[in-house]
Amino acid sequence: MLSRTAAALYWTGRYIERADFTARLVEATIRLAALPSSYGGDVAAWTGALAAAGAADGYALAHPQLGEESACQYLSLAPLNPSSMRSCIEQARTNARAVRTALTAEAWEAINSAWLDLQRYGTELDSRLMLNRLLEAVKAAALAFDGAIHRTMLREDGYWFLRLGAAIERADNTARLLDVKYHLLLPRDEPVGGSLDYFQWTTILRTVSALTAYRHVYRDAVKPWLVADLLILNKQMPRSLAACTGSAVRYLDELARESGRRGPAHRQASALAAGLTGTDIAAIFQAGLHEQIERYLADNNRLGELIAEQFLF
Amino acid sequence: MGAAFDEMTGAGGAVRAPYALVERWLADASPDFLQTRRAQAELFFRRIGITFAVYGDADADERLIPFDIVPRVLARGEWTRLERGLVQRVAALNAFLADVYGAREILRAGIVPEDLILRNPQFCLPAIGLKPAHGVYVHIAGIDIVRTGPDQFYVLEDNARTPSGVSYMLENREVMLRLMPELIDRHRVAPVETYPETLLDTLRSVAPPRCRHDPTVAVLTPGHHNSAYYEHSFLADKLGVELVEGSDLAVRDDVLYMRTTEGPRRIDVLYRRVDDAFLDPLVFRADSVLGVAGLVAAHEAGNLTIANAVGTGIADDKAIYSYMPEIVRFYTGEAPLIDNVPTWRCREPQSLAYVLEHLPELVVKEVDGSGGYGMLVGPHATRAEIDAFAAKLRADPARFIAQPTLALSTCPTLADSGIVPRHVDLRPFVLTGANGTRIVPGGLTRVALKEASLVVNSSQGGGTKDTWVLDD
Repeated sequence: MLSRTAAALYWTGRYIERADFTARLVEATIRLAALPSSYGGDVAAWTGALAAAGAADGYALAHPQLGEESACQYLSLAPLNPSSMRSCIEQARTNARAVRTALTAEAWEAINSAWLDLQRYGTELDSRLMLNRLLEAVKAAALAFDGAIHRTMLREDGYWFLRLGAAIERADNTARLLDVKYHLLLPRDEPVGGSLDYFQWTTILRTVSALTAYRHVYRDAVKPWLVADLLILNKQMPRSLAACTGSAVRYLDELARESGRRGPAHRQASALAAGLTGTDIAAIFQAGLHEQIERYLADNNRLGELIAEQFLF
Repeated sequence: MGAAFDEMTGAGGAVRAPYALVERWLADASPDFLQTRRAQAELFFRRIGITFAVYGDADADERLIPFDIVPRVLARGEWTRLERGLVQRVAALNAFLADVYGAREILRAGIVPEDLILRNPQFCLPAIGLKPAHGVYVHIAGIDIVRTGPDQFYVLEDNARTPSGVSYMLENREVMLRLMPELIDRHRVAPVETYPETLLDTLRSVAPPRCRHDPTVAVLTPGHHNSAYYEHSFLADKLGVELVEGSDLAVRDDVLYMRTTEGPRRIDVLYRRVDDAFLDPLVFRADSVLGVAGLVAAHEAGNLTIANAVGTGIADDKAIYSYMPEIVRFYTGEAPLIDNVPTWRCREPQSLAYVLEHLPELVVKEVDGSGGYGMLVGPHATRAEIDAFAAKLRADPARFIAQPTLALSTCPTLADSGIVPRHVDLRPFVLTGANGTRIVPGGLTRVALKEASLVVNSSQGGGTKDTWVLDD
């Protein structure tokens, strides 16, 4: 397929995924910040959220004083935040529109309807109710788009590039969330700080919509090392690093199936996946959780660059 | 200008046969019902994203062309006559192009003045001596037809460069099938959905003769900022071919390639929706990034067919238009089956004098204008507008032609106030390949939505209708 088309699809996949992540992040952070301060509720929760969304610097420039309202505004509708939900949907639609022919009518309609719907919200949040509606709309848009491509698109290059973009972005999102919250995730033998942290851990799980999944997998109270295990190593958990990288490997394999050509992106993805298998969470804590996550983020970014190089974006 | 011929009621009398069922449907439908259908149709178009951009209108980056739910109906007999005339006309256009870029017999015969061709800005020097495969220059033509009476059809304009609007022809039918099944089911409407297949067949048939493999076709678009981008992507999609932009292309050793994720892939037939001027910076405008360097050379070397061929602008030039009846006679040996609108060439002194005297009743157009821009509609112009235009006209008369204000036929159309007559035209799409000329029955009916307006261009507030050719 045309390299330009492949690039546009890859970025469509990334932007939709990013919009969805930001919506969940905002939703979980609102819950956390609204708790009584004796339970860890604090406006400072937004510092972490902005950092996890990669929007901390831009926010600080526009708002010298941290505030919940302005943080919500910045992450949801602000046109000047390139990663706001609004900007993400807009970028996804611009990319999709530039390669309309590569999408099925259903997939295009899903993305176009989401964009049209978003126009109605304008660029300023006027109430919490409006924010709630917006969060629901963005999550629904991501589901509708994923559903549309899953149900209607041919399993060929275009589909795999869309999925590849989503997998790389999802890995990046989970890793950034872990990067911001790593200090809350402690190994089994370390004394746990107290019940304050419980709400931090559940916030992490909520952000990747994994609270129910956690209970299902571990059948245990929420414990920090198990949260880390779920988000890093558990292959059944679709937003874990292991699952995302595993998907990236698979999509790259599909792309190589027809041409038979494998390149640096394949090697990088395989190496990244290998680093997450044959290890356990205790070993990762031992090697330093923070360092491991930082390295993963850098390697995943490099994978994105290699994909662009290999497929001539 | 007298009362216009109405497509449904003729001169205001009994309902004409092809409209019998439409008329009854309209009479039975409540105003609410019609407005609801109109709203649903608009929603449908917005959701699938059929929009177009109007240049210079920042607010309307993506605007819908209004769709009118009342169909425009032609009887099979009317269509068959039109079809013959269109085939004849496009044959003449192709023969004319081959001639002016080749032997120039029409100039030697004195049919068309030499300077009008050779000094015309649309006369494309790089096209001289180029021989397109199978001698076809205009693979896709959009011929604008207007009607003034039961049997009076005229060609208003030939569009031989990159005519647009065919996506509306196809999508208008889709929306009618979805929203007005109870109406369409009572008729035997000739299908238009075969257009993409016929187009692909046409394009493949004109692959360079030395292309021994299965020819690869691609559609070239200026990109998504172009007003017709929706149509470009729509067509590429229906044809099942790649939609490419200049940046996707490269010419190496006189062969055109597109950049794909698996390396360069050869293109044999390029359906380009980019104007000549931007096609190849080595031959035309050097600052263009919409085309690709070496495109014309690839064509010259016999490795590429460009559709439509370069240089077709000379055939739809409005100054040449006035000679079309003679051109048709010269190449086909027959009288034109569809007439031209009588046209005064302002380059001729006695015509200019007449035009200047009669401006309030004439339509004056720039010979190289399009989209309804830069024209004067005398009967609707103020005195000041007419005076200003007269000055422009005197300064450079050769740039203008003038035509009588035709009483374009009207067709029932849904307005806020109910069903009203509005002026319409018709653009059928004529496809010519190695195996002859084919026309999908129907075309794009454009309708001037403003009361009494004669300008149907979408950039000037015109709308569209589904066009039905009824089998008897």
